[in-house]
Amino acid sequence: MVYLTRKLEFSASHLYHNPAFSAEENQRIFGKCNNPHGHGHNYTLEVTVAGEPDPVTGMVLDLKELKEILEREITQRMDHRFLNYEVAELKGQIPTCENIARVIWNLLEPKISKGRLHKVRLYETPDLYADCYRNGAHGA
Amino acid sequence: MTEGLKIELGRCYRFSASHRLHSSKLSEEENRRVYGKCNNPYGHGHNYVVEVSVSGTVDPATGMIANLADLDGFVEREVIEPFDHKSLNEDVAAFRDNVPTTENICKEIFERLRHFPEAKLERVRVEETGNNTFEYAGEEL
Repeated sequence: MVYLTRKLEFSASHLYHNPAFSAEENQRIFGKCNNPHGHGHNYTLEVTVAGEPDPVTGMVLDLKELKEILEREITQRMDHRFLNYEVAELKGQIPTCENIARVIWNLLEPKISKGRLHKVRLYETPDLYADCYRNGAHGA
Repeated sequence: MTEGLKIELGRCYRFSASHRLHSSKLSEEENRRVYGKCNNPYGHGHNYVVEVSVSGTVDPATGMIANLADLDGFVEREVIEPFDHKSLNEDVAAFRDNVPTTENICKEIFERLRHFPEAKLERVRVEETGNNTFEYAGEEL
């Protein structure tokens, strides 16, 4: 099995706020992230696809194809957007790194035509990230 | 589709500390041979990077596996405060009789963090320099 990883960056704004909590609770739980006007990050996404290289092309999945999938599914949807208001898949969810990584997994998994999606790692800052993968599949 | 997915949170921390690699079980020559420059009796230091991975259920109310402020506070108290700007050999009891290699530092940090109450500690990765990285995920059951 070979694991290939493609990286991409996007910039977006978000805020953490749960309408079921009081203003004080929101402030206590989410701290600075609760600022009502939002704030932003440069996100770095690493997408890992696992598979056997095709004997003819030597590729697990054509990187060009992966790049186009990422452009269409992620960049166009999330880059320079306010995640809370503009990304339908995040409606009703707090756009934490954990939730965004899961949304990205669900957007990408059905689109990967060769090999299979192995891991999504989303960095919100260089010091904070979330990984999403199938249970039991970790290790690369 | 979301079923069967596992989510982990990774967070990086930093501390700077000095150490000396010297084993009381080895002779002076052996220590010099095994540890080379790291055996310098006055010690030397590194800027360590500690990457902590935890997993758990994402709370639908907060979108979080664990509250980041709580994780930060826990790591600060258990690891950063006792290790940062310290001599690991002299100031951390665990390294009095245990050589503070990054392998051992990694295991010690794992032990200190494994009781984090809000999520399961998956692994600890310690970077001694940009070229040396060590990872520990506990002993297999």
